Amino acid sequence: MGEIMSIIYILWLRQLKRYSRSRARVLASLAQPLLFLFAMGFGFGPTYQKAGNGSYIQFLAPGIMAMAILFSAMFSGIEILWDRQFGFLKETLVAPVARIQIVLGRTLGGATVAMIQGMIVFCFCLIAGFRIQHYDLLPVAVVFMFLIAMLFTAVGTTVGSLVEDMQAFPLVMNFLVMPMFFFSGALFPVANLPRVLKGVLRLNPLTYGVDGLRGALSHGFVFGLGADLVCLGMATAMLLGVGNYFFSRIEV
Amino acid sequence: MTPGKVIVAHNLVKTFKDFRAVDDISFEVEGGKIFGFLGPNGAGKTTTIKMLTTTLPPTAGTILLDGNDPQKAPLAARRSFGIVFQDPSLDGEMTAGENMTLHAVLYGVPKGERAGRIEAALKFVGLWDRKESFAKTFSGGMKRRLEIARALLHTPRILFLDEPTLGLDPQTRNHVWEYIQTLAREKAMTVFFTTHYMDEADRVADEIAIIDRGKIVARGTPEALKENANAATLEEAFISLTGHAIRDEPATARDRTRTMGRLWGRS
Repeated sequence: MGEIMSIIYILWLRQLKRYSRSRARVLASLAQPLLFLFAMGFGFGPTYQKAGNGSYIQFLAPGIMAMAILFSAMFSGIEILWDRQFGFLKETLVAPVARIQIVLGRTLGGATVAMIQGMIVFCFCLIAGFRIQHYDLLPVAVVFMFLIAMLFTAVGTTVGSLVEDMQAFPLVMNFLVMPMFFFSGALFPVANLPRVLKGVLRLNPLTYGVDGLRGALSHGFVFGLGADLVCLGMATAMLLGVGNYFFSRIEV
Repeated sequence: MTPGKVIVAHNLVKTFKDFRAVDDISFEVEGGKIFGFLGPNGAGKTTTIKMLTTTLPPTAGTILLDGNDPQKAPLAARRSFGIVFQDPSLDGEMTAGENMTLHAVLYGVPKGERAGRIEAALKFVGLWDRKESFAKTFSGGMKRRLEIARALLHTPRILFLDEPTLGLDPQTRNHVWEYIQTLAREKAMTVFFTTHYMDEADRVADEIAIIDRGKIVARGTPEALKENANAATLEEAFISLTGHAIRDEPATARDRTRTMGRLWGRS
């Protein structure tokens, strides 16, 4: 048991070390969420306010935190591609270790990195004028951050296990990550959307993550805390299973 | 240390669709011996190494590594060998010491022994004073040495080396082979290697098998092989056994996008 924990721990630690040593990566993956926060937040703020919905930053900030976690988590998962190209993946795959331990270590590491990124964006949100409404729900917000981080690290792991080519990366960004972000209710309220769009949003697991974060930090829950937790939690569990399945089938 | 057969491959077959990459080969390697596995590109060398090192399931046949069947007991089989891959497999963003520690944990080296073994292994390859350096700053030869040191950490009985001297200068190549010979001698380690440098195989191998088109076409000591082929050098013997034709090997997606990897000390 102790041995299993130390294997998971060392792989978790590796992800964190790689993150803390790559300043370029920290900056690059913060740039986009911050751009959205400041450009959209202040750009649409007045219009949003005139429509009678209150502060747009107050609405937008949890969505941008979710975005930062989504991007960073996907990137961590897809790091498998880099490890494959630089050969390090082989070192872990021929080790006398069950693959699920490798997946767990990597995923927890990636998710931790994603949560750190989310926290950094959270600080910027505070600078931009975001104010926490429910301090007692902060732990709930952390749970949602963790679930979003785990879910999308697992998605990244799945993608990274299935494609061999770094060239697939822009495809993944454009056809998976960006649509998931835009159709999650991170940028606009779900309430009065056209039926079809609403349906799409309800199929997207990130929608529940964004709603959960927003519910815990500022506005109320649209779907309810329970529904958000169940939907996001189930999606996370499922994707962890899928990620583990495809990772265990990698041949080197 | 029993001198019995440490590596046993029996009627090994691997087919990909209708292509027989490895076609019913059998061989045994005795403990403490250095075994050279030679063959032209695409002959089935790497496929065989992959099967021996548990990363590819054979279509038919059996393998025993220090008594462990990689199919039935992959974890025990993996613990019995160390491997230096053809391509680098270090994490360049981590230091030499961190690469070693990670390996020690993955292979279940007891916590109390880790530091001592890492120090001994790094000293053995002359990299102890560079343990704080990032692996990406190492030259091709240093990376190879680090990989050899890493492969020794869990004191395996078998060491697999897939073209360990590829892309290294003659000085480093000699150095690497010296280490390997010392290992076989002093630690009674069984060494299984592939190479395209026939002079190296001739110099260090106790026994050689030549594989071509998935079949073993010759086996024996370097002297016996030369004698049988009536050749002055092992290279001549090799060419007389495998012909002059140049072989093609299909590139994988990884090769195609390996531009970054090529920066790793390969010209």
